[in-house]
Amino acid sequence: MNDPHRLTIHEAHALLKDKKISSAELTRAVLKHLESIDKKVRACMRITAETALESARAADKAIAEGKAHPLTGVPVIIKDNMCTKGVTTTCGSKMLENFVPPYDAHVVEKLKAVNAVMVGKANMDEFAMGSSTENSAFFTTHNPWNLDCVPGGSSGGSAASVAADETIYALGSDTGGSIRQPAGFCGVVGLKPTYGRVSRFGLVAFASSLDQIGPITKDVTDCAIVLNAIAGHDKRDSTTVPLKVPDYTKALKSGIKGLRVGVPSEYLVEGMQAEVRQAIEAAIRQLEKLGAKVDRSVSLPNTKYGLAAYYILAPSEASANLARYDGVKYGYSYRETTNMWEALEKTRQFGFGAEVKRRIMLGTYALSAGYYDAYYLKAQKVRTLIKRDFEQAFQSCDILVTPTSPTVAFKIGEKADDPVQMYLSDVCTLPINITGVPGISIPAGFVDGLPVGLQLIGKHFSEETLLQVAYAYEQSTPWHTIKPAIA
Amino acid sequence: MKLTDEEIRHIARLARLGISDADVEKFREQLSNILENMDILQQADTTGLEPTSQSVALENIYREDETAPSLAADEVLANAPGQEDNSFKVNAVLE
Repeated sequence: MNDPHRLTIHEAHALLKDKKISSAELTRAVLKHLESIDKKVRACMRITAETALESARAADKAIAEGKAHPLTGVPVIIKDNMCTKGVTTTCGSKMLENFVPPYDAHVVEKLKAVNAVMVGKANMDEFAMGSSTENSAFFTTHNPWNLDCVPGGSSGGSAASVAADETIYALGSDTGGSIRQPAGFCGVVGLKPTYGRVSRFGLVAFASSLDQIGPITKDVTDCAIVLNAIAGHDKRDSTTVPLKVPDYTKALKSGIKGLRVGVPSEYLVEGMQAEVRQAIEAAIRQLEKLGAKVDRSVSLPNTKYGLAAYYILAPSEASANLARYDGVKYGYSYRETTNMWEALEKTRQFGFGAEVKRRIMLGTYALSAGYYDAYYLKAQKVRTLIKRDFEQAFQSCDILVTPTSPTVAFKIGEKADDPVQMYLSDVCTLPINITGVPGISIPAGFVDGLPVGLQLIGKHFSEETLLQVAYAYEQSTPWHTIKPAIA
Repeated sequence: MKLTDEEIRHIARLARLGISDADVEKFREQLSNILENMDILQQADTTGLEPTSQSVALENIYREDETAPSLAADEVLANAPGQEDNSFKVNAVLE
C-alpha cells in the first residue's frame, strides 16, 4: 500500500477490516509523514508517537477479535483545547503550557472506547480566540496550500493537519466559525453540529452558549462517520439533548432532487472577494443541476448585526469563563510576591496573550454596571432577531447556502494588528453559532491556488440533510480529490 | 464610544488583569475602535423582544443527587502551582 497517510477514514477502515494493512503500519506511515512535513506546516502542538503506537497495537488486537468500529485503528489529531488524560493540553496559551489533564474530554473517551489512535494535539489560537492561529502563544500554523498564508482559525492546526495528510482526520471546536473557516481555508470538510448535539465535557470553555465540537475530515463520508462516533447525550454537559443519534452515513446517497436551497442575499455582498463569489455562484448552479430548487428571494435581514452581537456575547461569556485562571488550582502562577491580589493580577497579565486580554476586557465592559443594558442585554435581544430570521427562512427552505468566508486564506501578518479586520473573516459563520443551527464547510474550488469554502446551513438537528447535500455536491465535483503539492 | 485611560484601568481592575502603561494606550485605541463597530446594534429595533441566552432551549435539567467517586486528591493537586498538606497553597488573604 503506497502512502497510507493519504487514506480517508472509510478507505482505511476497509483495509484494516480486511487485514490488508494493520493499524500499526498505518500509524507508523502517518507518523513518518507527519514528523517530516509538520516542520513546514507546524499544525501540531505535540506529536504523541509513543502512545499512538500503543493504541495502534490495542486496535490491531480489537480488529483481530472482530471488533472493528469504523474509527478503530485510524489516526486522529485533536485540537489542544480538548482534555486528554496524561497528555499536556495547552489551549494555545502560556496559562496552560504545563497543564496535564487528570481526565479525558467526553469526545476523547468516545474515541478511545473504539480504539482510535491519537497521533497529536493541534495548534490553535489561544483559548480558541482568533481566525488564523496567529494568536497561539507558541507558533503560527501555515496553510498547506501556501505556506505564506494562514490556515484560518481557531482550529487552524486541525484543518491544516488534515489538508496536509498529517492525520486521517481531526477534531476541532467552533464558537464563531472556528471549524468551518479553517476547513474552508484549507480545502477540507468541517462541520459545526447543532448546539447540544455533541458534549463539551472536557472542552476548555470559551463562550458556553456558542461552543460546539465537530469533525474536520478529508471528505463528507468521513464527516458522517466521525459525527456518528461523537454525537449524543452526556449527563456531564446538561446542554446536550437526549435525542437519538441517527446513523449519519445512511442518508448520504439519497440525492437532492426537489430539495429547497435558499441563497440569502445578505451573504453575497460587502467586501467579498469577486472570485470567491464566482466560485459560490458556480456551486449554486451545480446544486441546481443536481435537482435542487434554488430560491434567491430568501432574506436574513438582521445579518448586519451578527458581528456586533457576537463580539458582545462571546467576550462577555469568555470574561466569566476565564475568571477561573487565578494561578491557584492549575496553570501559570506568578509567585514573586506575597500579596494575593498582585499575584492574581500578574498571573493573568503574564499568562494571557493580547487577544485574550482584549476579549476579557471587552466582555467585562459589556457586563459592567451602566453598560449591561446597552451592550449585553441589547446583544441578547438582537440574538432573538437573528434567530427569528433563520426560523423564517427555514419555513420555505431546507438548507441555506453561503460562502464560508468572504475571502480565501490571507497572508500571515496581514491582519494580525487589526482586530476588527480579523473579526470580519468570521462574518458568514458566526450567525450560525448565534442561532445554534448546524453548518458545514466543504471545498468548492480554488482562487489563486487557495481553496474556497462553501457553507451549508440547516435547521436544528438536520445534520442528515446537510451531509446529504454536501455529499451530492462533493461527489459531482473534483475538489476533494485535489491535494496541496506539499502533501 | 471613546474610552479613557481611566476607564481602561477600571475595566482591567474589574477583570483582575494586571496592565502595563503601554497596554493601557494600546487597549484604549483598540477597544474604542471595536466599540464604535458595536454602535450598529443601537439601530436594531428590539422593542418588546425577549433576550435569547441559549439557542436550543431545553427545560431545566435535573439529576439524581447520588454520590459517585471523584478524582483522588493527588490527581487534583497534580497541576497545582503550590501545595501543602493535601491542599492548594495560596498567599495570605488577610494582611
